[in-house]
Amino acid sequence: MKKLLIALMTAAAALSLAATAEAQEKLKACWVYTGPIGDFGYSYQHDQGRLDVEKELGDKVETAYLENVSEGPDADRAFERLAREGCKIIFGTSFGFMDPEVKVAKKFPDVMFEHATGYKTSDNLGIYNARFYEGRYILGQIAAKQSKSGVAGYIVSFPIPEVVMGINSFMLGAQSIKPDFKAKIVWINSWFDPGKEADAAKALFDQGADIIVQHTDSTAALQVAEERGLQGFGQSSDMIKFAPKAQLTSIVDDWGPYYIGRVKAALDGTWKPGNVWLGIKDGAVKMAPYTNMPDDVKAMAEATEKKIVEGWNPFTGLIAKQDGTPWLKEGEVADDPTLLGMNFYVKGVDDKLPQ
Amino acid sequence: MDITVNILLTIATAATPLLIAAIGELVVERSGVLNLGVEGMMIMGAVGGFGAGYLTGSPWIGLLAAIALGAVFSLLFAVMTLSLATNQVATGLSLTLLGLGLSGMMGTSFVGQPGARLPNLDIPGLTAMPVIGRLLFGQDPIFYISIALTAAVMWFLFKTRTGLTLRSIGDSHTSAHALGIKVIRYRYLAVIFGGACAGLAGGHLSLVYTPQWVENMTAGRGWIALALVVFASWRPWRVLAGAYIFGAVWIGQLHAQAFGIPVPSQLLSSLPYLATIVVLVLISRNKRLTMMNTPASLGQPFVPDR
Repeated sequence: MKKLLIALMTAAAALSLAATAEAQEKLKACWVYTGPIGDFGYSYQHDQGRLDVEKELGDKVETAYLENVSEGPDADRAFERLAREGCKIIFGTSFGFMDPEVKVAKKFPDVMFEHATGYKTSDNLGIYNARFYEGRYILGQIAAKQSKSGVAGYIVSFPIPEVVMGINSFMLGAQSIKPDFKAKIVWINSWFDPGKEADAAKALFDQGADIIVQHTDSTAALQVAEERGLQGFGQSSDMIKFAPKAQLTSIVDDWGPYYIGRVKAALDGTWKPGNVWLGIKDGAVKMAPYTNMPDDVKAMAEATEKKIVEGWNPFTGLIAKQDGTPWLKEGEVADDPTLLGMNFYVKGVDDKLPQ
Repeated sequence: MDITVNILLTIATAATPLLIAAIGELVVERSGVLNLGVEGMMIMGAVGGFGAGYLTGSPWIGLLAAIALGAVFSLLFAVMTLSLATNQVATGLSLTLLGLGLSGMMGTSFVGQPGARLPNLDIPGLTAMPVIGRLLFGQDPIFYISIALTAAVMWFLFKTRTGLTLRSIGDSHTSAHALGIKVIRYRYLAVIFGGACAGLAGGHLSLVYTPQWVENMTAGRGWIALALVVFASWRPWRVLAGAYIFGAVWIGQLHAQAFGIPVPSQLLSSLPYLATIVVLVLISRNKRLTMMNTPASLGQPFVPDR
């Protein structure tokens, strides 16, 4: 019995040695998600990017991820744990991970950190983001064309710049077609709660909206639209399967190419903290097929998409702030820092921004 | 008028899963067992219900699977706490963690798949009646189950001998044991009933509320159900009231926002919790009654001497 035990222990020790030897050759790339990878929305798309890295770089990398990490103090521990476990490059994928990542990056100068949708950087912390607002402008135009009541329902999570920017871009798009277009805005204070999202969609439809837009992560709102015979837009993933008659299009996040590039750079030793903001033209923001709309609306959407690919920015003047004070002069384009820190509405938004 | 009916229907949908899970937990706690695993059992019901409905194409089979999975999962808790006398709080918490993780794993292949929805009741002639038609005869089947369940549990606990026995076990398991009552057997049945209810509540989420499977889709509803039981001071009708107050304020605040009422949304979002607690504390401010209704041996392990 004792002999057997010793034999087993030796075998186990040998195995773990082999494992470490192998791990040293591989680069460990890690991800931290705020939602579950099964949300079929934002976190799901980031995880698809991680899988792309595995597929592309094969046995040169080893990947790991933590899901359902709440934003705030809990996130400190998540990043620290990954850094201690030998992750060489760590991607934090949510705005609320910004301060925890800054803190942990200071403690682990040899680890490469990347943070999505934030604005703070350091010697070993780079930032990346996608210009979702480009897609939201197109959504606004489609909504204004498709809506009969002239009112859209807009379900949102938290009043952070990313979300405010989205609302503004949507409204600018809608107003470019119908100047008096309205959006009713409901904050649910959560990124992911299918039940709440469905309830919010029902409330908005009951109050006269006939198109639903969301900046939350599940398919629930779109399913309500399908049930009621109304229309809406998907979020993060192509959600057409859940709402074959209701989905007009969806802003699809494609992080794969970016992640592959960054992990490759980490492998070659050429990684430097970057600051990139990728849009439709870089392929990081994709529009799902334009469906359930007449051909002229589709043509309009495609034309706008083309204009954006060619470099036009939806935040191009003349634009006034909500209270009517001028913001951008005729032809003036908003600079990125202003957009990334956006904490005000543009004219025509019918809501008080929570502070 | 139409909008009022719609709002009432939405409130009923939001309150139903809370009510079912809380009624189940109420019976468990009345027997003197504290099961903090409601969230875990609920999510198992959700994944089981969706999975069975999706694979067989029948939401009714999904409904049965949700109940069964919740019950089987609670059996794990029962064996640990009742037969092995482990700490109920720790075991319940780990049941929740296990349920959240296990359901995510089981549901991997269901992500991004549209599932089957339980059809609403449709009685020719009755459902089409104005206003009350849809409210009384046009809701989802689980809504009717939830109301019947509440009535049945009230009757069982306070009007039957077995219910009296169950409550006496919750008050003093040693006395009950001395009288020759099979304490452990009663508690097993109570825990399994609670599990079946939590499973059904989960099934409501994935088969009616939002017919889809996504990880963590319970989003804390199990915890709200647990809190409802305590704030309702272990009375079934108060649980019903609590669930509907929560649902009503929750839906009301969404409408207030959509209507454009200039109140900070963070405050509005916290209103359902505040309102429910305030109301339930007010109705249970009679100290003597509350003491009487609190199961005295709640959470204490019981090991019968042989």
